[in-house]
Amino acid sequence: MAEPAVTGAVPSTVGPSAARPASPRRKWTDSPHLWFWVFVGPFVAGLLVFIVIPILWSVWLSFYDARNTVTPTHFVGFENYSRMLGDSAFRSSLVTFVLFAAFIVPTTFVLSLGLAVLVNGVKRGKAFFRSVFFLPTACSYVVAAMIWRHSLFGGTAAGMVNTVMGWLGAAPIAWLSVVHPPWYWLVLVTVRLWLQVGFFMVLFLAALQRVPQQLYEAAALDGATGWKAFRYITFPQLRATSTAVLMLLLVNAFQAFDEFYNVLSTTGGYPPYARPPLVYLFNIALGNGQDFGDGSAGAVILTLIIAIFALLQGRLTGIGRRDTA
Amino acid sequence: MIASRGGRSARYLVLGVAAVLFLVPFYLLLRGALSTEQQLVGIDHWTWFPTHPQWSNLGDTFHNSTVPLGRSMLNSLVIAVTQTVLVLVISGMAGYGLARSTVRYANAVFYLIVATLLIPAAVTFVPSFVMVSSLGWVSTLRGLIIPGLFQSLATFLFRQYFLGFPKELEEAARIDGAGPMRTFLAIVVPNSWGFTAAIATITFIGSWNAFLWPLVIGQDQSAWTVQVSLSTYITAQSVDLSGMFTAALVSMVPLLLMFLFLQRWIVAGVEQTGINE
Repeated sequence: MAEPAVTGAVPSTVGPSAARPASPRRKWTDSPHLWFWVFVGPFVAGLLVFIVIPILWSVWLSFYDARNTVTPTHFVGFENYSRMLGDSAFRSSLVTFVLFAAFIVPTTFVLSLGLAVLVNGVKRGKAFFRSVFFLPTACSYVVAAMIWRHSLFGGTAAGMVNTVMGWLGAAPIAWLSVVHPPWYWLVLVTVRLWLQVGFFMVLFLAALQRVPQQLYEAAALDGATGWKAFRYITFPQLRATSTAVLMLLLVNAFQAFDEFYNVLSTTGGYPPYARPPLVYLFNIALGNGQDFGDGSAGAVILTLIIAIFALLQGRLTGIGRRDTA
Repeated sequence: MIASRGGRSARYLVLGVAAVLFLVPFYLLLRGALSTEQQLVGIDHWTWFPTHPQWSNLGDTFHNSTVPLGRSMLNSLVIAVTQTVLVLVISGMAGYGLARSTVRYANAVFYLIVATLLIPAAVTFVPSFVMVSSLGWVSTLRGLIIPGLFQSLATFLFRQYFLGFPKELEEAARIDGAGPMRTFLAIVVPNSWGFTAAIATITFIGSWNAFLWPLVIGQDQSAWTVQVSLSTYITAQSVDLSGMFTAALVSMVPLLLMFLFLQRWIVAGVEQTGINE
């Protein structure tokens, strides 16, 4: 690509640069293949060794009886798969995470976009509000889970939410141990909202600032302000950002482990409800049984489901098309 | 946008309430850290403020025999710094190569990377654990650091950024006979500090706050990271609440300091991560 520029520049300037191509310094850069691999090779090699090979190994293990061993000898075909699919606890974990994703993705999207629009619309205190909403990004799921479990939603009358509810005359609720109604969902969902809304708000804020002001002025002349301006100008202008945010939210939702584990686990155990797939697989593969065969089969099933979700979402939002540009 | 006076105060009201809600957890963290154990568990009613702030909790939390906070913070620091620096080098170079190379298969390699991006790293923890344990890396810093160095998201973001990097700057260097590596080091890197800082911050936060992988790999106490240490408070038989909150507060200090000093920069960085292009 640089070649035409060099030769193009030669005639207009004087001779010396004509000697350059022969200089010994240009060795490995002569080959575009070599220089590509010098730059990209380390990353691709690591990706192969630490991501691709483990996935393939996992597929292989999923066809073996592999308890407490990673070099199994007993081939069992699809037995692990049928056992996992027949396992009601595993199936319920899949339902748990589909429900969780179906709720958390749109809710985070709406709240972060809403906050971004509000913050963008104020004249004073913009920096202050942005900082306050962004600050939880520094907090880990482990720390947030502690606060939620032991202070905010403490199950006794001494919990903060129960105290506030007490002023209104409501009886204290055991937030984490009641299954009907499933109050623990409120705890799990609010932790994640608090942690991730601010980050996505900043992404939306950046996009909002790039919407040309003339569009609003033109629309105002046509009588489109407020909600109409948002519906017909702001939202369509945010399309690229929205697509990226949705994808990141979905990937994040699939990773659900940290807050579930830290909000609900007990000494050496985890209650049978609100168990997302990663928590379940963690117990199977790395718990006492160390059942890598079943664990791998579960991971493969999960990966397939995620791939289907991702493809569907890519179809719907057209993310693949944009990358070719 | 034209907003009425009433609309404007409603907007401030909503933002104000939201801001208070967002700050409540930080207040609870501070409250827990400065309380005595009795104030947190021994009484049956809520107290808004600890009557006698227990500043000594902060020092005591490092002398807990079951939770090695000091050691695990050091582990986390080593891991986070190493991962951040190496991710910047590995992904920065890969992103540049993918953005600028003329080889035909560059796009195919890029799509392979995007594909692995869609498979959440957390799903691969079983196979990755199998891999790392067969290398004998369980409970070692190597096992905690190396598998996390190959971040498809960072490479993806660097590529998007370098696609938008002005080519004219590089062409001047090319005309002077500089190869791709010299062009990269002398022209591209020095002009990309803002973006690099953004990726560095995000990587550092992610690494410091990581939980599942350190939980799986850091089996010996000597290899615990700060998040693993904290989580042992939660699953312990008898919870030492004030110790737990103090440790949590201490664990956040590095990130809070970073936020305090780099706030403007971090936000600007997140804004320009290229996701909005």
